[in-house]
Amino acid sequence: MEEIIADKRIDIRGLKCPYTFVRSKLAIESMTSGEVLEITMDYPEAAVSIPKSMQDHGQRVLSVDKINGTDWVILIRKERD
Amino acid sequence: MAFTEDQFTDDQIIRYSRHIILPEVGGKGQTKIAAAKVFLIGAGGLGCPISYYLTAAGVGEIAIVDDDVVDLSNLQRQILHSTKTIGMQKVDSAKAVLNALNPDVEIVAIKERLTPDNILGYIKDYDIVIDGSDNFPTRYLVNDACVLAGKPLSSGAVLRFEGQVTTIVPGQGHCYRCLFEEMPPEGLVPSCQEGGVLGVLPGIIGTLQAMEVLKLILGKGDVLMNTLLIYDALKTNFRKVKVPKNPECQVCGTHPTITKLGSYEANYCRA
Repeated sequence: MEEIIADKRIDIRGLKCPYTFVRSKLAIESMTSGEVLEITMDYPEAAVSIPKSMQDHGQRVLSVDKINGTDWVILIRKERD
Repeated sequence: MAFTEDQFTDDQIIRYSRHIILPEVGGKGQTKIAAAKVFLIGAGGLGCPISYYLTAAGVGEIAIVDDDVVDLSNLQRQILHSTKTIGMQKVDSAKAVLNALNPDVEIVAIKERLTPDNILGYIKDYDIVIDGSDNFPTRYLVNDACVLAGKPLSSGAVLRFEGQVTTIVPGQGHCYRCLFEEMPPEGLVPSCQEGGVLGVLPGIIGTLQAMEVLKLILGKGDVLMNTLLIYDALKTNFRKVKVPKNPECQVCGTHPTITKLGSYEANYCRA
């Protein structure tokens, strides 16, 4: 499978809800449609809530991966403004 | 409007986080709110909740015009003022509280009475006008000025247990004169003995006006255009009445007779 290259990366480790989503949403709003955002985060609930909220807002969740004992990497493709 | 994340400080992201989360607002909408300039008439029962919530929301600039001073009898409903600010100009009393709530917002305090000679000069620099005045001459002056200047207007009124709200978008919807062509004659206006108001009522109507203003700024939802919302507090009833734009309207009709601001004097009891 072709590796997806992110157009923008944010590291929001240390942030809790709702700021995990607030920061992710601001990042996606500043991008153009079709671009991919990579979010690195460590707040367990956000690993579920960010993908769900992004989908609710019309964005596409490409992957949610736990990369080590504490951190997740989420890839989101911007589909709409 | 191009949006970049660095338009907000870390504190602003936290302050406005509950706006940013909303799909209808987001960072882009909050940027629109921060760029908006509104002109508010009155720092009284309606003006206090209107300016309080718009300041909390982060509206860029709020000008407040009022020539009155705080009186003990105001404090049952005018929530920006306090026992300590009795005797102070209302706009100064309001400004101190609003600045403390949100230093992002520029509050312009204007200690004057609006007149046909000064109103157009004031409102030309603002995006939206909000009428929180308590008298008919001002209401008609503000309506006519907004129609002539093409400025959207949120209009609210309260008396006893009933409140009214409407949103005037010149060129698109009705205006106040489409609804009530002329000022009511003297005998039909309640005297000061008859004109009580339960203190919470202007809070409800004022917050409805603040909501209308934010929707105008965001360009989201349906505002009360061609509509009068009437709230009956005793019955807890909200009723919407259709108000079609009147093609014969003296100020916004096809052939207007009011093309400049004339006299708005009336001999009502103003206590």
